[in-house]
Amino acid sequence: MDVLKKAFKKSIWVFHLSTAGCNNCDIEVLELLTPRYDVERFGIKLVGSPRHADALLVCGAVNAHAKPRLLEVYRQTPKPCLVVAFGSCGCSSGIFRDSYSIVGPVDKVLREEDPDVKIVYIPGCPPKPEAMIEGIVMGLGAI
Amino acid sequence: MKLLFYYLIFPGFIFASVIGLLTVWLDRKVSARIQWRQGPPWFQGFADIGKLLYKEVIVPEEAFGSGFIAAPLFGLASVTLAVTILCVSLFNMSEGFIGDIIVVWYLFAIPAIALIYMGSTSGNPLSSVGVSREIKLLLAYDLPMIIVIVMIASKADSFSIRAIMDWQRINGSNISNWYGIIAFVVAISCTQAKLGRVPFDLAEAETELGSGILLELSGGVLAVYELSKAIMLFGLPIFLIILFWGKGIIGGVLLYLLIIVLLILIKNTNPRVRIDQAMKYFWGWMSGAAILAGLLAHFGV
Repeated sequence: MDVLKKAFKKSIWVFHLSTAGCNNCDIEVLELLTPRYDVERFGIKLVGSPRHADALLVCGAVNAHAKPRLLEVYRQTPKPCLVVAFGSCGCSSGIFRDSYSIVGPVDKVLREEDPDVKIVYIPGCPPKPEAMIEGIVMGLGAI
Repeated sequence: MKLLFYYLIFPGFIFASVIGLLTVWLDRKVSARIQWRQGPPWFQGFADIGKLLYKEVIVPEEAFGSGFIAAPLFGLASVTLAVTILCVSLFNMSEGFIGDIIVVWYLFAIPAIALIYMGSTSGNPLSSVGVSREIKLLLAYDLPMIIVIVMIASKADSFSIRAIMDWQRINGSNISNWYGIIAFVVAISCTQAKLGRVPFDLAEAETELGSGILLELSGGVLAVYELSKAIMLFGLPIFLIILFWGKGIIGGVLLYLLIIVLLILIKNTNPRVRIDQAMKYFWGWMSGAAILAGLLAHFGV
């Protein structure tokens, strides 16, 4: 089992989910796939379906419309899985905090569904690529 | 006992999975280098499979449970059998072993059929779009490939793998003639489509259908599928080597790397095609080229 657990840390497949973000973080994520930061070195790649994912990368303050979708995608992801609350909005709802349509940052919404969910916070608007890599590494240490 | 050893250990399951997963790494590494990236470490294929085995398997509610889990195993078993037949003939391991080229080609089709079954049983609308594309693609690339296989078999006057290799040893390899070069172009396109790689990855279009036909596969089921795909990536180039060169083990390694690099280059320099373009390509251009190659072979050019 230990070998498989180690394999897990060497091969993180990420599903990218935008929950009412401003699209800034979504664009910035792509920087990780470029030659300069290339995260495929660590076995990280983007996949098209939450069923294949080991990590959910959630960008954006969650609004009422996106909340059921976020929960649904979280339920669809096979466990164990890591959730990355990405950007200032993902971590704390950012400047949209007390807006009428916002139902909370990512952690608050997901903790209602699963109190034991493992969440990594990567603040920044948008976060620097170095910060993203560090966040993922710290999250893997916690598993 | 000897056959079981062949099937499970040496040219079969274990050997083929190790080589196949290393080839998957080679594929990703060379693709990365083409894009000026660093690429994954050599054990990436093994790590992916191990990780998927560690994860939870989710069987969709609509799916026929045991079938959903058994189908990829059928695919894996048949692909392993095909690779075993090919390697036993290529390495000249067993005297009097009769392998049949048509059987091998259809054993390679079973993973696609298993995948079609899984995709359609999963009850996901995006999967079913992927399924319809996979069925059309299967019909499309089978026609030119069968023409090529029949042409080569008629040249050697036998469907047996050994006879095809022997004929080429005596009369020179197929690729050294015009008909062989044309047929090789056809065969490598069909191989690319059979492996479900770009530009023919429309059944599992990641950005368009969210992995399409693979959408509902998770954990161990996906691991078995990835493994059978890796073994297929090992087996199909060997199939081409037997059809066009008929070489033994030493020249075979170089040719294997050559064909793999060719497949990677095709993957990295082409965009995904639409299904109607793929059908037109295989039933029009490729079948035409295959028939032309057959005529050339008949008149001995």
